Amino acid sequence: MARRTLFLSRNRFGHVPKSNLSSVERDRFLFRRRLGVAGVLVLMAFGGLFARFFYLQVVQHQHYQTLAETNRIAIVPIVPNRGVVTDRNGIVMAQSYSGYTLELTPSKIKNLDETIDALAQVVDVTPRDRKRFRKLLDESKNFESMPLRTRLSDEEVARFAVDRYRFPGVEIKARLFRQYPFAEIASHVIGYIGRINDKDVERIADWEDVANYKGSDYIGKVGIELSYERELHGTTGWEEVEVDANGRAVRTLSRTPPVPGNNLRLSLDIKLQQAAEAAFGDRRGGLVAIDPTSGDVLAFVSRPGYDPNLFVDGIDPASWQELNESPDKPLLNRPLRGAYPPGSTIKPFLALSALANGRRTPTQTIFDPGFFQIPGQAHRFRDDKPGGHGTVDMYKSIVVSCDTYYYMLASETDIDVTARFLGELGFGQKTGLDIEGELTGVLPSREWKRQRFSGKNYREEHRKWYLGDSISAGIGQGYNAFTPVQLAHAIAMVANDGVGYMPHLVKSVQDLKTNEVRLIAREPASRLDAKPEHLAVIKNALIGVNKEGTSAAAFRGAAYTSGGKTGTAQVYSLKGEKYTEHKVDERLRDHAWFIAYAPADKPKIAVAVLVENGGFGAQAAAPIARKVFDYYLLGDKSVGPAPVLQEHPGDDESD
Amino acid sequence: MLVFIARAWEALTRRIDRMLFGCAIAIVGVGIVTLFSAADQSVPRVTSQLLSFGFAITLMWLVANIPPQTLARAAVPLYVVGVLMLIGVAMFGIVVNGSRRWLNFGVARFQPSELMKIAVPLMLAWYFQKFEGRIGWIDYLLAAVLIVVPVYLIKRQPDLGTALLIAASGFYVLYLAGLSWKVIVGLAAVGAATGPMVWQHLHDYQRERILTFIDPTRDPLGAGYHSTQASIALGSGGVAGKGWLNGTQTHLDFLPERHTDFIFAVFGEEFGLIGNTLLLILYLLLIGRGLVITANASTLFARLIAGAITLMFFTYAFVNMGMVSGVLPVVGVPLPLVSYGGTAMVSLFIGLGVLMSVQAHRKLVTT
Repeated sequence: MARRTLFLSRNRFGHVPKSNLSSVERDRFLFRRRLGVAGVLVLMAFGGLFARFFYLQVVQHQHYQTLAETNRIAIVPIVPNRGVVTDRNGIVMAQSYSGYTLELTPSKIKNLDETIDALAQVVDVTPRDRKRFRKLLDESKNFESMPLRTRLSDEEVARFAVDRYRFPGVEIKARLFRQYPFAEIASHVIGYIGRINDKDVERIADWEDVANYKGSDYIGKVGIELSYERELHGTTGWEEVEVDANGRAVRTLSRTPPVPGNNLRLSLDIKLQQAAEAAFGDRRGGLVAIDPTSGDVLAFVSRPGYDPNLFVDGIDPASWQELNESPDKPLLNRPLRGAYPPGSTIKPFLALSALANGRRTPTQTIFDPGFFQIPGQAHRFRDDKPGGHGTVDMYKSIVVSCDTYYYMLASETDIDVTARFLGELGFGQKTGLDIEGELTGVLPSREWKRQRFSGKNYREEHRKWYLGDSISAGIGQGYNAFTPVQLAHAIAMVANDGVGYMPHLVKSVQDLKTNEVRLIAREPASRLDAKPEHLAVIKNALIGVNKEGTSAAAFRGAAYTSGGKTGTAQVYSLKGEKYTEHKVDERLRDHAWFIAYAPADKPKIAVAVLVENGGFGAQAAAPIARKVFDYYLLGDKSVGPAPVLQEHPGDDESD
Repeated sequence: MLVFIARAWEALTRRIDRMLFGCAIAIVGVGIVTLFSAADQSVPRVTSQLLSFGFAITLMWLVANIPPQTLARAAVPLYVVGVLMLIGVAMFGIVVNGSRRWLNFGVARFQPSELMKIAVPLMLAWYFQKFEGRIGWIDYLLAAVLIVVPVYLIKRQPDLGTALLIAASGFYVLYLAGLSWKVIVGLAAVGAATGPMVWQHLHDYQRERILTFIDPTRDPLGAGYHSTQASIALGSGGVAGKGWLNGTQTHLDFLPERHTDFIFAVFGEEFGLIGNTLLLILYLLLIGRGLVITANASTLFARLIAGAITLMFFTYAFVNMGMVSGVLPVVGVPLPLVSYGGTAMVSLFIGLGVLMSVQAHRKLVTT
């Protein structure tokens, strides 16, 4: 049709004498002739294509048919060995080993259930294996091969090999497995790998790394396994093989070996980690221990943990449900993703802020009658000690954790000034810890409140900053919420005289190809704008806390001096009633905080401990810090039973 | 009531060229059917392609209703903005796959070279229309500059394939505007003579592609792999094809890029020579209709732009099928209306919309 029209247009004008045409018509004639030439070229080009198709699909059909059907060349990816993760002393925390799996390709199998039943006669197939396989089947495509059984024994492999002819579409494959020898210990640090899902595929596409994951079935999902995925994975190798019509390899033509993934050395000390986890007992909570002089994270505890080995082959539904629905939330990474009101642990930082901003001098005193009132208002902000602490200077305000001192300080200080200083200590922002998902917490300020309540359901009165907001925030309640990582980072910064390092779990990366070791530890990341004499005042008061203050009992008889501060974060507001621990349901009890560092003169370790629903910080959290310090500073042998606090903390030490 | 609906329908489709649209729909249909197989029967991918299609025909309808004179007014701004964005890409573009082709606008990434595919012929057609009747050699020289500037910027990204296609679109306008045969032959001769010099300036991957094209077995794992596997797919398809969803090359993962640039290999494997011939005929009908519309266009601008669009459509189809069947080197050109991808679908239907506008508005201007 197109062809005819084109020729028509040529014929119609081709024979008209040119001399009789106006210039417009002549132009048109020339244009149509050019169009005609183009049309002929189009026809020739398509004719050429047709000839090529004819050549490929008719003349050479047999040749290509053979190539496609009997003698296919397949490019088989060879998955690299995933990097090993060790603690700072070289103790292995995650490793790969190869094992045999029994894999089924559903598209090649007529009756899946019958085949699985028949296979169960040859090798062990548990109901759990079947369930897991069903789940994989739902998630993937028919052309993929999927493991029914993993970790076959040599005997099972031999038995299957004999019966192999009975099972088309079923294969034994050698695969790499991941194993976490310490199971629950440090599970929130290491994380786990799992089968690649649709979301991971998108992530890989974003990295422009699709080819490298051609043969990979697993990818880091959480923790170090996730954040250092690209270091750990390695470079996929290739094997060019001839395969027969069933896709089975007949002969290898060439081989490009894979490059194994890089090894990671953590800054974590696994023995210290074990001691810290043991110190928690059955209690829930988190602990972060940092070397203040480098930012090395020495221990990172989130209790309860989980066994990452469960996730590697795809977790079975029952175990998943148990983990996911447990009220103890074992999957929650508390130090990283738990934001809690800091309670009194914020006081030393607020005191430092007051010194830096000239609001207070160390010797300036206030009188504490046991409460604080905003002038002209009836409401009394109570101190924990009925009757008050009397005359209080800065040292005493920290040692006895005097609320009234901080109520007054907060009432005289602009919240934005405080927020700016606390921001320098890393509050309200990510510390940059090298695992994903860190929360920023909440560092309240005017702007924060305005944005938080910017929604349509709020009015101007909700967005405005009130003096009362400042006063609650002044003792670490109210809007404040920080993660244990943030508190550990802040106390480490104070311990190290205001010089902060970005906390990091991985100390170095070892490139297996070049044997080069790359250090993750960096230069100081931040420097606090505070005078040395001001820092000295605060550090002296923190030492006082562990010597004669709220946590003195926990540190009685320690072979080193240390600084610390207790804190209690309210979970449940009792609306004016007096808080009585045993009357309140266990889950509604206050969270216990403790931050500390040691030794006092030359700090080697700084720690933040949070015990959920632990009650008083001094009672629940401080003894855990003591055990960690004893272990780290004095070594294994001197770990004695930590002092157990029997008596209720005295009224004088009210936090 | 029925009358009303009939009238409304009439008004709505007045500017839609039945034959052009019919061919386009048939080709899109081929694309959807093939995509379903290429994507291992993934419904989301097909849905996404259908959504792009819906969006594309809406734009086509809009453009078809805009008279060509109005389109001409957009030529200069589009061209200027396009060139500015290309300069922007060179300065702050984001690098993907080693090429700097994208601009990041926060919400979306945009590839300005895509815009130039329509802006360059539009600009040239506008230029020749503006100076119609007094076109001299100086105008061809200026037009050449208008082509070379964006082509150079795109070649630098580096994206030689797109640069050549845009150069071609500009050349089509010059050719239809009456560029002397002597010059065309001369240019071809110069091109052939400077070939070795151009070779010096090519990037490694571009040389690799050309070498591989000459001998695909040279590097069967790397650059030649695409070509070899596509030929096997087509050849093993035979006369009748292996049947829908039954292509072994496709489903055993031998074919790379099988949703996008190499989708024709999937089609050829599953539908054979018969399918290929039908697809060729569909393209031929569409291109032929485009040429008829061009021949009947009333203004110089309309003629030039319609001709350029039609010939570009042909070029894409030819280059893609030629590449898949191994008669042209591997360049990243999708098969028009068939390959998976929203941007290409939208720009092609806009092109068809321009053709329809030219056809629908011709009587209004003809004396």
